[in-house]
Amino acid sequence: MTQRLPNSFRVGPNEHGHFGIFGGRFVAETLMPLILDLEKAYATAKADPAFQAEMNGYLKDYVGRPSPLYFAERLTEHLGGAKIYFKREELNHTGSHKVNNVLGQIMVARRMGKKRIIAETGAGQHGVATATLCARFGLECVVYMGAVDVARQQSNVIRMEMLGAKVLPVQSGTRTLKDAMNEALRDWVTNVHSTFYCIGTVAGPHPYPMMVRDFQSVIGIETRKQMQEAEGRLPDSLIACIGGGSNAMGLFHPFLDDPGVEIFGVEAAGHGLTQLHAASIAGGRPGVLHGNRTYLLMDDDGQIQDAHSISAGLDYPGIGPEHSWLHETGRVKYLSATDDEALAAFLLLSRLEGIPPALEPAHAIAKVMELAPKRPKDHLMVVNLSGRGDKDIPQITEILKGRKQK
Amino acid sequence: MTTRIDARFAELRREGRAALVTFLMAGDPDPKTSLDIIKALPKAGADIIEIGMPFTDPMADGPSIQAAGLRALKAGMNLKKTLEMVRGFRKSDNTTPLVLMGYYNPIYIYGVDKFLSDAKTAGVDGLIIVDLPPEEDGELCLPALKAGLNFIRLATPTTDDKRLPAVLANTSGFVYYVSITGITGSAAADSKVVGEAVSRIQRHTKLPICVGFGIRTPQAARAVAENANGAVVGTALVDALSDSLDAAGQATARTVAEVAELVALLAQGVRGARQAAE
Ligand SMILES: Cc1ncc(COP(=O)(O)O)c(C=O)c1O
Repeated sequence: MTQRLPNSFRVGPNEHGHFGIFGGRFVAETLMPLILDLEKAYATAKADPAFQAEMNGYLKDYVGRPSPLYFAERLTEHLGGAKIYFKREELNHTGSHKVNNVLGQIMVARRMGKKRIIAETGAGQHGVATATLCARFGLECVVYMGAVDVARQQSNVIRMEMLGAKVLPVQSGTRTLKDAMNEALRDWVTNVHSTFYCIGTVAGPHPYPMMVRDFQSVIGIETRKQMQEAEGRLPDSLIACIGGGSNAMGLFHPFLDDPGVEIFGVEAAGHGLTQLHAASIAGGRPGVLHGNRTYLLMDDDGQIQDAHSISAGLDYPGIGPEHSWLHETGRVKYLSATDDEALAAFLLLSRLEGIPPALEPAHAIAKVMELAPKRPKDHLMVVNLSGRGDKDIPQITEILKGRKQK
Repeated sequence: MTTRIDARFAELRREGRAALVTFLMAGDPDPKTSLDIIKALPKAGADIIEIGMPFTDPMADGPSIQAAGLRALKAGMNLKKTLEMVRGFRKSDNTTPLVLMGYYNPIYIYGVDKFLSDAKTAGVDGLIIVDLPPEEDGELCLPALKAGLNFIRLATPTTDDKRLPAVLANTSGFVYYVSITGITGSAAADSKVVGEAVSRIQRHTKLPICVGFGIRTPQAARAVAENANGAVVGTALVDALSDSLDAAGQATARTVAEVAELVALLAQGVRGARQAAE
């Protein structure tokens, strides 16, 4: 890569929302004034100690933060290498890291006087978090979810509805996360005056990738402190799964300027990188979709290709723009794990640690299984356990039943 | 630089009437029928032709135009073939303005410079790219102007007086006023409200103003043509095309005629309008 390396990896984006060539504001004119308003509202909130204090209060007493940094003793023994720690985001209220971001955005929405919240969701975890905070603050909530995901994440659909949200199954395109996002954008264009779009990952037009990253950075900030307390030093490596990349960015960002910390993102390799998958860095190239320039899966005509992953939360043909930049600068290494590897990791973790992970972080665990044995015993490895597996148990039961019958 | 668009509006000004601007998707329902339809449009009464460039993820379009894009892609349409279609049209018509409308990614992947030069050579006059606001002018707008193509910007009900100058700054050919906050195929806006919006934009620019989104009938086209310099009709034409297809989604003997007949009715509507004195 010919690019000059920056002095700091933590200063982006610039005032146009660019991380290198990535990011930007590729949206319809109808949305543009609102996006500029949001940028201002967020900058004001960020600088306001009262906003931070209010958010910290809810993070502590409503979300249940800080989430523990847990030494996974039996997994460490089993793999026989690096000392493995879990950042336990699955213990948050609503069962994943998604709530960190939703809380922040809902508080910004309230400051902007918006009464109607829309969201897209894949696995349903972002939808559940949004429905939860809308219930808490008495806001109308509409969640777009691909029809395929509605079928494979039923328990989350039921949960969202119980929380008072309206879940709208999306029948267009591939009927997964990408199409849910298209449909949410269509709703937003139509209801731009009343509505706040609560995006679930570090994607979308500027300022979303930056704002979502900031709200998720609590993960990495806590990890630094907790690791100091546990081991008296920084970790040697970090690893997290990537759908759009918000749990990963939240863990990584506070460590980007610590050159001694190796960082790995894990994309979903689906059936394998030569077949249907969702690994946009491994198998894609830069393009423009959903408001930003980033690595995307597409054909030679620039048509977006279908992604595939066993995990609804990773089944997206793109990745947040800051990740694309971190890839091109070489600061973060992007790996991928297949459906089968994730499933094996899910089962191993359930049996060894009594923690069934969501299928999304099971992809990160799969790479821990590969990397940890090659590292020395004093190597400190942190994996982001971004969500719990309860939502996936029916889907996994079906898959295992199917295998027995074969 | 005078493009076919500028020449056409100069002509219409002399005739004292507004333009009928038609939108159809390139390659819908198949490349050959699509070219036949486009060729039939000027005679039926279309003054300016917008051709959609199919894209898998058209986030500002409603179900009709989404489906049209998917039909076209399924029939093997792509950006290269869209430009071929333009060349095919230009063989027999060198005056009707052609505007390509769509999303940025296929152009970005084709290569901006190559696209602009191929489009200009093929006989394209202007571009409308939904997901390129003025904030991203460096991407395509400025290079397009340099290449001699009009870059037609969308102004919307959320574009307030403070923002309008930025939106109009690098706009050329005409201004496309999106009459509603919403996607294509939504309900029509109240014509009085639209008239006021057109007057507001006219205070900021001398460019012709065409109004689109939600115009489905000759009556609605006529009402818009009373105030604006053009009425854009898309979804209604795409629906007429779609209704003419057989159960397998293939063109029938009626397909070209159905579209042309609706265009003729819309043209009558537009031509029936009294233009406000300039
Ligand atoms: C538990 C969990 N982890 C990870 C993801 C992927 O999203 P991101 O890459 O933004 O963290 C999801 C998305 O649904 C999720 O539910």
